[in-house]
Amino acid sequence: MNAIETKGLSKHYGTKKALACLDLTVKDGELFALLGVNGAGKTTTIKLLSCLMAPSSGSACIYGHDILTHTHEARSLLATSPQETAVAPNLTTRENLELMAGIYGASLPQSKESAARMIAAFNMGEIENIKAKKLSGGWQRRLSIAMALISQPKLLFLDEPTLGLDVLARRELWSIIRGLKGKTTVILTTHYLEEAEALSDRIGILSHGMLSALGTAQELIAQSGAKNFEDAFITLAGGAVS
Amino acid sequence: MKRMLFFARRNALEILREPISLFFGVLFPVVLLALLSLINSAIPAEANMTLYHIENLAPGIASFGLCFLSLFASMLISKDRCSSFMLRLRTSPLRSWEYIAGYCLPMLPMAVAQSLLCMLAAIPMGLQPTIGILGMAVGLLPTACLFIALGLLLGTVLSEKAIGGICGALLTNLSGWLSGTCFSIEMIGGTFETVCKVLPFYPSALAAKALLNGQWSQAVGNIGIVTAWAAAAAIAAVLIFTRKMKRDH
Repeated sequence: MNAIETKGLSKHYGTKKALACLDLTVKDGELFALLGVNGAGKTTTIKLLSCLMAPSSGSACIYGHDILTHTHEARSLLATSPQETAVAPNLTTRENLELMAGIYGASLPQSKESAARMIAAFNMGEIENIKAKKLSGGWQRRLSIAMALISQPKLLFLDEPTLGLDVLARRELWSIIRGLKGKTTVILTTHYLEEAEALSDRIGILSHGMLSALGTAQELIAQSGAKNFEDAFITLAGGAVS
Repeated sequence: MKRMLFFARRNALEILREPISLFFGVLFPVVLLALLSLINSAIPAEANMTLYHIENLAPGIASFGLCFLSLFASMLISKDRCSSFMLRLRTSPLRSWEYIAGYCLPMLPMAVAQSLLCMLAAIPMGLQPTIGILGMAVGLLPTACLFIALGLLLGTVLSEKAIGGICGALLTNLSGWLSGTCFSIEMIGGTFETVCKVLPFYPSALAAKALLNGQWSQAVGNIGIVTAWAAAAAIAAVLIFTRKMKRDH
């Protein structure tokens, strides 16, 4: 079954079109990067697909559940890790993880078990009893992703997961994201093109609210006739390579 | 239900771990009680001024102290609204009623604990420990519901910055000055007295006094006024909260 299927998905605010007729299919277990310059429609797409917003027209299904008519079922299959670190500041690492497990339906013992599992998987033992607000940016981001994964979602939205992180923390997160391949469908938005190139199975480029290109990094380079992925992106995103 | 309880636990921890909550929720009412009690001890007995007697003062302060629940609730909701944490929650299977209950539920035991702590602090100041203390703590639940609903309402519509002014200053002052705890409402009389009797703050303080002194029947009418305000505030809060959630959707 496909993780995401959209047909003519559109969103407009008054006369401004934020997303126009998006036809997209993302396979189960695929790591799909959604790229575009600011205002291209990435955030709108993510908001629509994560059931935060209703489309103006068109449809979208998450594992066969329509986002408008079966919102609750769709939501129970997905999780998001927003761009800004989304943690409960006065709760410890462990409590944040237990909270998210509980919100996705785990019992108290199950939530404790899941939290312990994520702490081990993300090497967060040294920070498990520290309040989230006291953690460094890198640890907060790692916790944020662990919170998104604790419910074992089938679909995960990662919005700029490595923004503002140093190179070591970024590479550690890359390794975690790579580990999800095949197990969890990941929709990644990022402005770091090397990140999209290194991690993604396929890449979609949005430009002015429309999907202007779709394929693997190599396919996009070939399609644009550029020398590298950065030049390909600039060409396909509607810019000009000087 | 299970999801809501996890969310409620989180909200309780967020509030209890904020030092400002402990200061305003517990310390401030006790300090106020001690100060007014000190003033009372300086008033000569011949003045026949009973307003600041501990059996009148303590229930008034306990009733007034609950207004800080609005501050806690509105600050938490407003902070959540402006953060990515809310974005994460809103993509989760939590339903609207679970949000509302999750925010409100932890406040009720806090309200009872706050009233009881205020009364406990009043005992060394001369308050007789009676069963009326427990009756008063329970009888103040409609007042707690009123302030929690106002917190939900204000947290839904105001920014974190505005909360300080509206909840922290305006609501606190209104509920304090119009409760009749610091001066006699009847002494001023006129329109002011009528307004105080219609608004819930003075009836709440009167009900608390009556309950503390075991005058249950005298408390009923005033509890009725407070309950009516609490119900109106709760309906408005739930409608606006759910509407805002849908509009954001």
